Amino acid sequence: MFAGLATNVVFGLLRSAVLVAAVQAATGDSIGDYDIAATITYVWLGQGLLTFVGVWGDVSLSERIRSGDVVVDLYRPWNLQAALMAGDIGRAGYTALSRLVPPIAVGALFFPFRWPSWQTLPWFAVSAVLAVFVSFGMRFLINSTAFWLLDNRGVLSVYAISGGLLCGLVIPLSFFPDWARTLLWWTPFPAILQSPIDVFLEHGSTWSVLGHQALWAVLLFLFGRWVFSRAVRKVVVQGG
Amino acid sequence: MAEPIYSRLIAARIRGQMSYRLSFVLDCFAQFIAQATELVVILVLFNRVTALGGFSVNEVLLMYGLASMAFGLADLVAGQLDTLPTLIRDGSFDVLLLRPLATLPQLMASDVQLRRFGRVFAGLATLVYALARADIAWSPWTALLVVVTPLAGTVIFAAVWVIACAVCFWLIEGRELANMVTYGSSTFTSYPITVYGPWLRRLMAFVVPGAFVAYFPALALLDRPDPLGAPAWLGWIAPLVAAAAAVVAVFTWQFAVRHYRGTGS
Repeated sequence: MFAGLATNVVFGLLRSAVLVAAVQAATGDSIGDYDIAATITYVWLGQGLLTFVGVWGDVSLSERIRSGDVVVDLYRPWNLQAALMAGDIGRAGYTALSRLVPPIAVGALFFPFRWPSWQTLPWFAVSAVLAVFVSFGMRFLINSTAFWLLDNRGVLSVYAISGGLLCGLVIPLSFFPDWARTLLWWTPFPAILQSPIDVFLEHGSTWSVLGHQALWAVLLFLFGRWVFSRAVRKVVVQGG
Repeated sequence: MAEPIYSRLIAARIRGQMSYRLSFVLDCFAQFIAQATELVVILVLFNRVTALGGFSVNEVLLMYGLASMAFGLADLVAGQLDTLPTLIRDGSFDVLLLRPLATLPQLMASDVQLRRFGRVFAGLATLVYALARADIAWSPWTALLVVVTPLAGTVIFAAVWVIACAVCFWLIEGRELANMVTYGSSTFTSYPITVYGPWLRRLMAFVVPGAFVAYFPALALLDRPDPLGAPAWLGWIAPLVAAAAAVVAVFTWQFAVRHYRGTGS
């Protein structure tokens, strides 16, 4: 746990150095609505949120599908999707203390950090929780591809690789050209990471950001439910 | 005597990976994309600014190309060491010690992942593009520098990898910490060191000799003085730094293995 945290902090230092250099090189010391303090706040929030929401994805369900263990999950008297979601919320709750707070504390203590007004903080919490729901919805769908592909490692690695860029972890989405930004906001990716950061930095209307997240959380849950109901009819247990 | 064994081991690995063609191509492609996302970051940033740390887009792409080729090749040679913490924890490292061969080459030959060439190709493509666009006074010496720099960079990254993983002999579960140093120095070397603060710069440029992977050689290629005032000859000594790093890495490894005790499971 400590090692993971140290990694988080070192990457935070590297990323903020590059982004701050870019912001300082831009005219008026800002790119879009990111000045130096906002950029630093963005980096440290991102470093904290990335494990909290689970940007890189997880492979546990895929592994259980591939090994056939998923059959055990299926004959338990529960809704597997809801059960996994409950588990994921528990995971997020633990990482909130171990991985979300420390990088933000580092950023706030040692760097010019932009705190929002205190009324915004509860909305940031709401947005962060919604981000976990959206991220879970995406990961559930990505993992469910194993029902059809059996070996879905290619899908998992493409998601892990592209997710960081598309959800706004690597560079703020407002640095992208207009067309790319518009395109990305039509996808659920920004709701995983850029949205809570936007709420914290008070960029744009909080209500529309939260509405976008809530809409995707519900849509992904319903779509996941539908996909899963189709998938269980496909289950073939490998081996004995 | 040992050479035929290693070449046979590696050849067997390669044949194994090639037997699932589609899976292999997809894996290569995923590695290519992984390296290309960093390229997208540079291009998006330069869409908004004209210079980063005092360097133009072509100059940064040159450094990025050199660094990512070196990192890709080092990943190919030394990336397998990432499995070391698992081997130590479950005791299978003992098996390597029982064989009449050195442990480090055994580990390196254990799982050569050809898909990592995807990264190398992404780096090579960027490097060729940047070299074509940059203003370089070509001579036999600069041509030699272009060829030698990625190779020296590979040795430097591989040495960093070995040393970072050797720490796992003491920490047991040190994989994330090792990745911090390896992937961290990959990120670090892709940008001019002028963007970093003085502390980070000294640590990552000279303690971990990351600045010799791309930054100093790129300055020499472009015939630019260092904005931070470092002497110009630093761009030409990357092979010496690489040799020194390799020696340190081998000694660190031997020291670590001598102090290895099984975790006793």
